[in-house]
Formats: sequence, C-alpha cells, structure tokens
Amino acid sequence: MTALDVLRVYASSRLIGPAALRVQRWGNEWRARAGSGWASDYLAPPLRVAARGKEMVARHWLEGRYANRNRKVAWVTSGAPVELLHALGFFTVYPENHGAICGAARVAVDLSCEAENAGYSRDLCSYARTDLGSLFSGRTPVGRLPKPDLLFACTNICQTVLFWYRVLAHHLRVPLVLIDTPFIYFETAPEHAVEYVRRQLEASIPSVERVAGRSLDTGRLKETGRLSREASQLWMEIMERNDGRPAPISVVDQFTLMAPVVEMRGEPATVNFYAAMLKEVDGRIAAGVSAVQHEKHRLLWDNLPIWYRLRDVAEMLGAEGAALVASTYTNAWGELADLIDPDQPFESMARTYLYPILNRGAGHKLATMRRMIEQYSIDGVLLHSDRSCKPYSIGQLDQRDRLARESSVPALLLEADHNDSRCYAEGQIANRVAAFIETLER
Amino acid sequence: MSGIRAWGIDVGSSTTKIVGVDTEGVLHWDVLEDSEPRAEEQVERLLQRAAEVGDAQARPLVATGYGRKLVRQADRVVTEITCHARGVYRALGHGGTLVDVGGQDSKVIGLGPDGEVLDFAMNDKCAAGTGRFLENTSRRLGVDLEHLGEVALSAGDEATLSSTCTVFAESEIVSLLAHGVAVEPILKGLHRALVERLVAMIRTVGLRPPLMLSGGVARNPAIARLLEAETGQRVIVPPHPQLMGAYGAALVALEKAGEPSGPV
Repeated sequence: MTALDVLRVYASSRLIGPAALRVQRWGNEWRARAGSGWASDYLAPPLRVAARGKEMVARHWLEGRYANRNRKVAWVTSGAPVELLHALGFFTVYPENHGAICGAARVAVDLSCEAENAGYSRDLCSYARTDLGSLFSGRTPVGRLPKPDLLFACTNICQTVLFWYRVLAHHLRVPLVLIDTPFIYFETAPEHAVEYVRRQLEASIPSVERVAGRSLDTGRLKETGRLSREASQLWMEIMERNDGRPAPISVVDQFTLMAPVVEMRGEPATVNFYAAMLKEVDGRIAAGVSAVQHEKHRLLWDNLPIWYRLRDVAEMLGAEGAALVASTYTNAWGELADLIDPDQPFESMARTYLYPILNRGAGHKLATMRRMIEQYSIDGVLLHSDRSCKPYSIGQLDQRDRLARESSVPALLLEADHNDSRCYAEGQIANRVAAFIETLER
Repeated sequence: MSGIRAWGIDVGSSTTKIVGVDTEGVLHWDVLEDSEPRAEEQVERLLQRAAEVGDAQARPLVATGYGRKLVRQADRVVTEITCHARGVYRALGHGGTLVDVGGQDSKVIGLGPDGEVLDFAMNDKCAAGTGRFLENTSRRLGVDLEHLGEVALSAGDEATLSSTCTVFAESEIVSLLAHGVAVEPILKGLHRALVERLVAMIRTVGLRPPLMLSGGVARNPAIARLLEAETGQRVIVPPHPQLMGAYGAALVALEKAGEPSGPV
C-alpha cells in the first residue's frame, strides 16, 4: 500500500465517513426532538437514541469496508462466543445481520436469486441465500464486505450454519472454526456438555491466535466478557420496562435497536449506548409516552421479525391499538446475561452459548412464552411461522394450540419468512391479523 | 321494501352477496352474484338495487369478505371470521364449531356458547381445501358444479388422491382417467381429500360440538356427509349457508344502528 493509499483509507474510514455519519445523526436527532419527519397516527416516533444506534451500526459497516487493510476479520454466526475474537482484536462481521440489513433494504430477494441461480435450494434459509448471493455477486447495500481471514461458527442457533460456513470456507479458502453445542433437552445442560464446549473453545485458541497474529490476553478476554454482560443486562432491563402499561418501547423498535448487542457485544460504546437508551425509556415512562397510541391490546411476538415489512406490521397493529410489547427473539439477547462470568471466561462462555432458546426444546420455548405472558400482561400471541428458520418454527403449531387451549391466550400463526418477501401474502396476513384483533375485542 | 334497517355486503373471491335485515335481525332481502373483476362498480350497482328496495340509501352498511376495503360506502369493515360467526350464531342459536368453505379460503371457527369467537384457523397459502379446488376439478371432469356432490356420493368405490394441491390433483386426475378409473370414484376421492384438509383445521381449533357448515360449498351434500363420516358428528347447515357472511355483517350494522340483534 502506498502512502497515498494509506492516507485515502485513513481519510475515508476515520475522518470523512464518520464525520458524514455524525452530521446525519445530528440531523436525525434534531428531527426527533422537533417531532418532524415522523408520520404515523398510531406509533410513537423512534427513540432519540435510535439516531445514535443508526450511526453506530453505519460506522461499524464503514469500518468494515476498510477493515482488511489494518485488521484481521472474522465472519461469525449470531450465537458465536465472540468475546474470544474481540479479545484478539478481530473485526467481526455477522452475515446474519448483514442479511437483515439486506432484508430491510428489500434487496434480499435479488441476492437470494443469485444463490438460487447458482444451485442453492429455495428451501435453504434466506439469510444463507442472501449471504451467498452477496458473496457470488459482490453486491451489498453496505458498500463492501471485508473478506474474512477466519470463519467462526457455532451450532447453537441451527444446523444450517454448519453447512453454510463450510460453503463459505470452500469459496473463500479461509480457516473455519466450528464450535459444536449439543442440544439441551432438559432444564439444565449436563456437565459433560459444558465441559465438551469449554474444551472446544480452549482447543480453538491456537487456530484463532495463528490467524490473529497475536496471543490471547486473558485480562482483555475478561474485560470483553464484563462489557458483554453489562450490555446484555442493560438490554434486558430496557425490555423489562415494558412490563408496565402502556409499554414505552415497541418490539418493532427493539428489532432494530438490538443490532449493537448482537454485533458489537463486548465494546464500551455498546454499554454506553444501552445505558443512554435505558435513561430515555425511563424518561418516556415518566412522561407517559407509549409506543402505540391508546394501547388496548398487548401482544407477544415469537420468532424472527419480517424484516421487509417491519413498519407495515407495526402500523397494521398500531391502527387497532395493538402493541407488540415482548418477543422471544429480542429476549434471547438479554436473558443469558447473568450466565456470563468474566472471571471464569471459558467455563461461562461454554454455559452461556449452550443455553440460547434455539438450542433448547420446544417445551422450553412454550414455558418461556408462558412466563412472558405473565410478566408482560399479554393479551395475545403472534407466532411468525418463519419458512427459513426451521428450528425456531418447529413446534409452533403445538405451542399455538396449547397457548389457546390450556392458557386461554389467543394465539395466531402467521406464515411468512424473515427475509424472502416471496413468502409473504399481504392480503392473507392482513386478514388474519384483523380477524385476530377482532377476536381480542370480544 | 319497508322495514329494512341495516345492510351487509360480502365481497368474496367467487361471489358477492348483499343482504338487508329488519329491526329484529330477520333477513328480508338478498342478492347473490358472481364476483366481477371491477368490484367497485359491482358494489355500486348492488347498492343502487338495495336503495331501491329500502330507503333512499342502504345505510348503515357493514362490508366483509376479501374485497371489503373496496366498499367505500361502508360504515365499517369487519373480517369474515367475525361476520360468519355472527350470522351462523343468529341463524342457528348456538355455539359449536363452524366450518366455512368459501371460494378462496376455508376457515374453522370455534364459537363459545354466546356466539363469541374463541379461536379460528384458516387454510394456508394454497387453494386446497377451498371451493376453487372443486371448481377446477369439476371443469376437468366435465361435471356440473351443482351436481358434483351427488355424483361423488353415487360412487361405490373411491379413488385415492395423494395430493390436495389443486394443480397436482389435476395432474393426478388426468393420470387416473388415463388408467380407466371412472369419474364417480375420482370425485369421491377428491371430496375426501378436501374434507381431510378441513378436519386437520378442525383439530387445530379443537372440535366443540355441534359441527356447523357454511359457505358456498355447504350446498354440496358430499362435503357434509364426508365431514360427518370423518368426525363422527352430525353436520348442521344453516338456511342460506352462502349468505352467512353478509348476514353477519348486516347484524353488526344493526348494532351500529342502535338496535338489538336478538341473541347476538
């Protein structure tokens, strides 16, 4: 790299880009304060702190554009023990988060078609298809994705990642570290499972150190764990503020505001961001601001969001005074916070990453939903049967029936897909939701 | 026609229905037509006819059905789930499990003792288990839709159809005909496939006797007969099964007019 190149990269990634994003954030914050630029008769405007979150995420992807020049890059699954990589100085990219951005930007279908044209089945997860399509075509709404030096996958969210990351490893010719997390069938993980995951994590150290070009600093690993725990705890606290009436923050807003706790876990800025968010949410509660005007019905959402219809779903429900106040999905990024023990990094990482909701049985999810129904005074449950996410969707038919019959909580199954809009039938979804709301009003 | 106090219109995928009820919620007037591509024009024309038999304008009016949002004259739009439940409860006077098979979708509604909707299920994103399934196959077999049920019931044997997908079922029929299977057993097998689909939805909602059947397909005797055979429950069909959505809409409109609507 010539001196001019270095200067250009530095100017773009450290000066001009961040400055432009800061100006954009100020504009968004000013509009939020002035109450302008928000047109909805039913929904409260986004939190002011959302502008800061948007800047953080945009800055993350901006840094990503140039990351290959000065950092080692790891592509990771959303449920991967990322603390280990952050402690080693990796810049991490989450193909699933990138997929969600593509979904929200409504380019996921185009990218999926690239993967489908290359022979990948439409039955494959739409995140995987979006990611592979982006890889094959080089197209992305975030400008440019940095090439990974390392692939780091954990099977605690699904088995698709196992094959998805093998495909990535094949195409990109980079090392793949795979952490296998045995499924938890009962309430607690057997100790041999914890031991098995801990040993894998420890065994992975030489491989990741070799790619990182440095040795793992245990002190830094503990600090990363502490920051992860703090951010996850704050996120949980924010979500739990919805246990009062009216709910101050919609799950639809949570879907976008959760990005930092997923992809920037273990960074000080993430902790500060959620601390500021908690303060603003408390301010909303004190001022009596509700996420949905005239909140009448409080709903629980199960499964991933429908990224390309977030606002439509929120408006459709908001028009009827229905607020999404809790979701098993956003909850998953906070409920394990207390398991993180910074002083026992490997032991606690093994435990924490064994317990995600998707690595546990359908009965556990039902129990989680029942607990949330109590905690958040839920009137009805919307179960998004996500064609792409089989581990999340399996058992939903039975869960719906048992919620309706045994718990007397009305529940509705909505068939769609988190990223593939070809699986979304506008009229039928609107009809089912409208009928469901009428049922709640009886 | 004097005495009509409220109106209901059901703009469905196959047929459009409009009804008028008196202050007691008794059905006094109705029109049923095939749905036209230009729904707004058809609604306009039907409302003019309603105005001729009623007061100067057909109000209050509640619209339901897939095209309900196209009825800009409506005072309120309500989904078919609520309207069918309301109409059938008023017509029969009791709760239970209502199976409604329309042109585009089929639904199962669990009704409480006071007619309230306890739970519902609708068919997935395909035409299997709907009236369209029968329409398509009747064309392929050259049997008039009106006589489809009778012909099916006249069969001694029954052909097994593995697919309830409208498109695949058609291919399967072609194959069965090519193998010399008679029309009657094929038709019986088709009805069985549709009913099995409905029974799966009934299981989702949970069968609360009695079992009731509405929608255009309720006029097909084979559906009721096979439903009885599959569930072991007697199937009750209200008078005017095809009008239940529009009737329920009119009853909702009547409430809006501040009039009691009987037990609803």
